[in-house]
Amino acid sequence: MPSQYPIDPSRTDLAQEFMANPMGPHSAALQRIVTRMRDSEAAGRYVLVTTVPYKEWSLAQLSGQRGVDLTLLEDQVFTSLEDAERAVFKMRWELITGEPLAID
Amino acid sequence: MLEKKIAGYSDEISVAPGERIRFMVSCEPGVDRYQADIVRLISGDRQPGGPGYRDELLATPVSGEYPGRTQETYCGSYAIVPHGPAFDGLGDLSLQATIFPTLPGLRRACLISKMDVAAGRGFALWTDPNDGLVLQLGDGAGGIREFALGQPLVAREWYLVSATFDAASGEVQLRQELLDSYARDTSSGEATHTSQGTAVVDCSASLLIAAASREEARGKPIGEMIFNGRIERPVVASRVLERTEIESLRSDAVPVALRSDICAAWDFAHAVETDDIIDISPNHAHGALVNLPIRAVRGSNWTGDELSFHHAPEQYAAIHFVDDSLYDCEWDVDFELEVPADTPSGLYAARLTAGDQEDHITFVVRPPRELSDRSDRAIAALALLIPTASYMAYGNSRGGIEAGNELLSNRLHVVAPEERYLNRHPEYGNSMYDNHNDGTGVCYSSRLRPLINIRPTHPWLWQLSADMHLVEWLEAQGIPFDVITDEDMHHDGVSLLERYACVMTGSHPEYYSTPMWDAVHAYTQRGGRLMYMGGNGFYWRVAYRDDKPGAMEMRRTEDGSRSWASEPGEYYMAFTGEYGGLWWRAGRTPQSLVGNGFIAQGFDHCSYFRRTDASHDPRAAFIFEGVEDEIIGDFGLIGGGAAGLELDSASRAYGTPPHALTVATSEQHTDAYIRVNEDIGHMLLSIGGQDDPQVHADMVFFETPRGGAVFSTGSIAWVSSLFHNNHDNDVSRITRNVLDRFLDPTAIA
Repeated sequence: MPSQYPIDPSRTDLAQEFMANPMGPHSAALQRIVTRMRDSEAAGRYVLVTTVPYKEWSLAQLSGQRGVDLTLLEDQVFTSLEDAERAVFKMRWELITGEPLAID
Repeated sequence: MLEKKIAGYSDEISVAPGERIRFMVSCEPGVDRYQADIVRLISGDRQPGGPGYRDELLATPVSGEYPGRTQETYCGSYAIVPHGPAFDGLGDLSLQATIFPTLPGLRRACLISKMDVAAGRGFALWTDPNDGLVLQLGDGAGGIREFALGQPLVAREWYLVSATFDAASGEVQLRQELLDSYARDTSSGEATHTSQGTAVVDCSASLLIAAASREEARGKPIGEMIFNGRIERPVVASRVLERTEIESLRSDAVPVALRSDICAAWDFAHAVETDDIIDISPNHAHGALVNLPIRAVRGSNWTGDELSFHHAPEQYAAIHFVDDSLYDCEWDVDFELEVPADTPSGLYAARLTAGDQEDHITFVVRPPRELSDRSDRAIAALALLIPTASYMAYGNSRGGIEAGNELLSNRLHVVAPEERYLNRHPEYGNSMYDNHNDGTGVCYSSRLRPLINIRPTHPWLWQLSADMHLVEWLEAQGIPFDVITDEDMHHDGVSLLERYACVMTGSHPEYYSTPMWDAVHAYTQRGGRLMYMGGNGFYWRVAYRDDKPGAMEMRRTEDGSRSWASEPGEYYMAFTGEYGGLWWRAGRTPQSLVGNGFIAQGFDHCSYFRRTDASHDPRAAFIFEGVEDEIIGDFGLIGGGAAGLELDSASRAYGTPPHALTVATSEQHTDAYIRVNEDIGHMLLSIGGQDDPQVHADMVFFETPRGGAVFSTGSIAWVSSLFHNNHDNDVSRITRNVLDRFLDPTAIA
């Protein structure tokens, strides 16, 4: 059963805080959202795969099964870990709240 | 390198000059040739701002090109009993065992087999996901007849299973009986069949327990279709046994009346500390275990009254087999090195390269084993003690690639090519942080296999890759040092440490055997100077076995920061009979040994230390010579600080010596830092670093008898701050101050 902590889609101020500083430390209210987002099933969990060491990463999803490779999302390549965190935050925000994150 | 394709291992982890070490390599398709060289490792961290990778070529005959080849690895545990007179002339047959299947629905799995598949002779008893017990008999003409019970087994329940074959009538009887009692149980049952045509059970194949075999490799049958779960008291008999006779053979001695009919009855309660399985029938058809199945586990009759297999061996007569354990890859040797006699002690590697492919099979050249005349060689005054036990515990950790570990780090997990390679090779076995395929915690490790993450350049700075920062710093300081390992210390005892004025640990020496703990303790009590350069050290107790080089055991008992927990009643280690788990639970706290002990962990940001009032005590003055700031280590290549990952604090209650000085304390840890569970009574809201004042590291110094001393940093991340500003920083300064004083023979009083 996934975490039950509700994410209030009107709290875009917390999303703004994340976008400004995706690596944290976060405020307590934001950290609870982040914790909710990171507490997902292993199967399908987003990870980053190194494509250029220390410089470029591709988003991927774990298989959740030993011996079964992850799935690369080759259209989602990042040159900063911060940008990758921002992108995944946006996707998870929409997935959990049902509403797209309408901030820049 | 985006796709790793080459890896290897060595037969030894530490060799003295003049000794031999062999290297085994496997390449995936695409790597036809590779270059091998022996190098001395100097630094490893390739991240931007880090020292980069550096080594120094050692001129040896190893240097050269080698053909790449793929070497097979056969994982999974089972037992082999060679064919012998006990099994000659079998006609009628009874097979039985008490079993606890853990993955009965996964696929067909073999309990007992003795089958010449090509000739169609022999027998095999299986569990089937749909049919439960299945008996196979050879038809004598290259085929196999099969008889199924027809009801599936339930996972994690004990059953008495049996199969009999009457050669004259062709009658086959199968039984599976749930030992517990459940309303509405449908898994118990029996079935009777009549063989249409002959069946030939007599054959000269080896008998396997927990596996079937279709091929031999490396001089022995290779187990396949391995059974996951526990097997207790398997029996093979040469006539059709009655139900009451089968029951009488479940435990205790073989009844006198049955002795003539029993080919073998293996009692796994015997020889638990070994790979031997003992047949208690007069035939002595003993066998040997392969790939370290788990021993000293509860049997079907465990009452809970005794908790050690030594106290009630008859209740520990089961073995837990798993299909993904591995002791030794047993690859063919690719090249070997006779360590030149004048090779200085150090951290070395067989460096393998092929295009952008690389691997570093890391090993230690230790100082000579005998030092009859210390003047005949320049011996370093400092020893760097490489924590190979901890390397083995973490070796092939699969948590990142299988689960992402995102809540641990409060970050998206970054998957390195090495991790995907490991995931492509489940046969390389697991770390002690993983679970077997059936969910059982991994309590054995081995270094006789590629340990993919124990590499000097591994991007996850942990264990060896983090300890490379210590090596890099010592090299930059120009301080001569010998390198020794946990295994050296385990075998040589304190005499090895006593060669040195000062011994420096790695960044995370977490796993300790009893001889290792005793050696470090004796060293500190006899005037030695110990620099404990990390965090969460001296925490879990482990065991080695003299007849099983390269293997290690541990149990995750009671509590402790852990990824799995041992089953009740399975806290004693099979290798030695010692109580496993936290050293604290055996009455030996890290705080009593080194002044501080594990208190909290977190993996997002690292923080810094602040000097305490006690740091101004004249006894500690040497530590802070030239240090002007109150804040220490607000920089570093792991998490940006010297105080982080795993933190140790001082505690009088837990045994910190009364005269110890806490000279610095860390602060401002994030809420990703949580206090260790063994230090938590009731669960309260205030467990994170921002709320819980216990979440901090203490840097500790104290004097020991006979002029010795201990300095403990209290943090794994400390070593990653040494390089900052080209080593011109307070973390480096403090480390150097302590080292200089500890190398000075003047007594510390």
